[in-house]
Amino acid sequence: MRLTLDDGDVYAYAGARAHDAALRTVVFVHGAANDHSVWALQSRYFAHHGFNVLAVDLPGHGRSDGAALGSVDAIADWIPRVLDAAKIDRAAVVGHSMGSLATLACAARYPERVRKIALIGPAVPMPVSDTLLAAAKEDDHVAFEWINGWSHSAGKQVGGNQVPGMWMTGSALRLMERTRPGVLHTDLVACHTYSTGLEAAKDVRCSTLVILGGRDVMAPNRNARALIEALSDKRSVTFQDTGHALMAEQPDAVLDALREFL
Amino acid sequence: MNKPKTFHLDTLSLHAGARPDPATGARATPIYQTASFVFPDSDHAAALFNMERAGHVYSRISNPTVAVLEERIAALEGGVGAIGTASGQAALHLAIVTLIGAGGHIVASRSLYGGSHNLLDYTLPRFGVEAAFVNTRDIDAWRDAIRPNTRLLFGETLGNPGLDVLDIPRIADLAHEHGLPLLVDATFTTPYLSRPFEQGADLIFHSATKFLSGHGVVIGGLLVDSGKFDWNADPSRDKFPTLTQPYRGFHDMVFSEESTTGAFLLRARREGIRDFGACMSPFTAFQILQGIETLPLRMQKHVANTRRIVAFLSEHPMVAAVGYPELPDHPDHALAQRLLPLGCGAVFSFNLKASRTQGRKFIESLNVFSHLANVGDAKSLVIHPASTTHFRMSTHDLTQAGITEGTIRLSVGLEDADDLIEDLSRALYASGKA
Repeated sequence: MRLTLDDGDVYAYAGARAHDAALRTVVFVHGAANDHSVWALQSRYFAHHGFNVLAVDLPGHGRSDGAALGSVDAIADWIPRVLDAAKIDRAAVVGHSMGSLATLACAARYPERVRKIALIGPAVPMPVSDTLLAAAKEDDHVAFEWINGWSHSAGKQVGGNQVPGMWMTGSALRLMERTRPGVLHTDLVACHTYSTGLEAAKDVRCSTLVILGGRDVMAPNRNARALIEALSDKRSVTFQDTGHALMAEQPDAVLDALREFL
Repeated sequence: MNKPKTFHLDTLSLHAGARPDPATGARATPIYQTASFVFPDSDHAAALFNMERAGHVYSRISNPTVAVLEERIAALEGGVGAIGTASGQAALHLAIVTLIGAGGHIVASRSLYGGSHNLLDYTLPRFGVEAAFVNTRDIDAWRDAIRPNTRLLFGETLGNPGLDVLDIPRIADLAHEHGLPLLVDATFTTPYLSRPFEQGADLIFHSATKFLSGHGVVIGGLLVDSGKFDWNADPSRDKFPTLTQPYRGFHDMVFSEESTTGAFLLRARREGIRDFGACMSPFTAFQILQGIETLPLRMQKHVANTRRIVAFLSEHPMVAAVGYPELPDHPDHALAQRLLPLGCGAVFSFNLKASRTQGRKFIESLNVFSHLANVGDAKSLVIHPASTTHFRMSTHDLTQAGITEGTIRLSVGLEDADDLIEDLSRALYASGKA
């Protein structure tokens, strides 16, 4: 569905379902240089199992208008505006990577709007190397290739996608290649400069689920330990032999963890 | 910045898509010879049917052995995914019907495999889909043939049987200028010799019966999507409604919303394979997987043998012409050097300076080459296109496609090149005496 904000239209995948005010809502927030389709299986499941779903394309990404938001806090401030446009008071928010940081910040800044949060592949801090930032700034294709390599566990570099017939790393690379010029750099800067994650975690009052990949190179697990420690009402699960692309590598396990939590 | 490490073609040929079997540890990909797969519970079953969970339901739609092959060819081609089909013809049909309905139009190279020509020229018009055939080398002809209802451009990496080299970068640019995808039949080249997605193609299909399986033991096809084409680029969303508008046959799913890069394959699997049913058997997939494991080695030998034979025939007094793009007099020589630096495959034609009777004598005198209708076997093959694969075409169309009464097509196998040359030499001698 398309939602109209005062600075442009937003696309949100809703599972081909009309909004039902009687149902709870889940918002899915993707990571850098991605779009709503990274949640394809999970978002479709919830849309057909008693939830309203808004799997958004962030501004500047996918089918949404506008420029990419320049900071994690800016994305956090944007999420309630999407809820306003959809006439939704409260929602659970699920975020991946950069989206997990925005989800964390949103829960801290807008506790009245956020019912629960799930953080998938978070890291606080989430530093980005100067080399990668430089490549992204030049829109050098190698930036996508590096991210793709770091985001998938070694096993998945070979294959074994649970989705029949789909080449996981090829699909992920092709999705990133659709990113508009400059957007990857903006996203990576947002991750790199987000410095208030632990303070935000302390301010979160809702229940939090943290899902980690045991072989995450892009956002190493060690950078999630302090975050988990700082959260009050939390649970965490780590999928072994899984990289940063958790929804792709472990679609059913991620879904089951979310089902149990949400 | 240095490129990140990714696996090379040889490694992907052996490993892509396959993991040791989680149930048994079997290193070779098992043949999952089963029609159906047990559901853990009713909710899981419903979720599988509604595309909320990944997995297999029924082997017409997907199968674990076939899925390994699909991943492997997608990896080798640099695509997002693939679908295994009952034959190369089924793959071509699946590509077309996924995009085009009655009222649609295709612009295709004139130099097509006879079976593809049959489908486009005789059969699809019965269903309201028309095609225009153009000189492969004439970019203006391609452009002029595009109509408002055109939905696809289609050619072969190496045209059949004259080995016209498809100028994929130029044809792809033309297609994209008109908001159209380019479909390429890459059967003759395989990913070892050509990677059409890197040159701009959007969709690829293979008759995997040929070099991919490599041993002439199965019939199968593979349809691969690059994931690059933006089906939503047309603001009206009317151009490719099968992908951009709600599909009543699957809960009003809009495939391009469901998957940004995999919409085409979703529709092809959820409609085309589901409803037309031309799926690949797991045993066939297993055989093709075995073939692909040695694809790079075999293609090197196929090309090396072909170069020897091309050189031999080019010098033979009974041979009027040899059509191989590596020869300087081939019209696409320069293009082939640019697009096909590792070789122009192992299927080519030559024209005998002979009567029809002498041509028949030549084929019947061969002992190592087998006279049959196939290419891409490990064994060397020979056929007379005018009386077999292209016999339905008019003389005019044959001429346009570069075929004469004396044209002989060879598919060069993996035998010792000296033995093949001796076989040809003896048959040419016998032909001359006829």
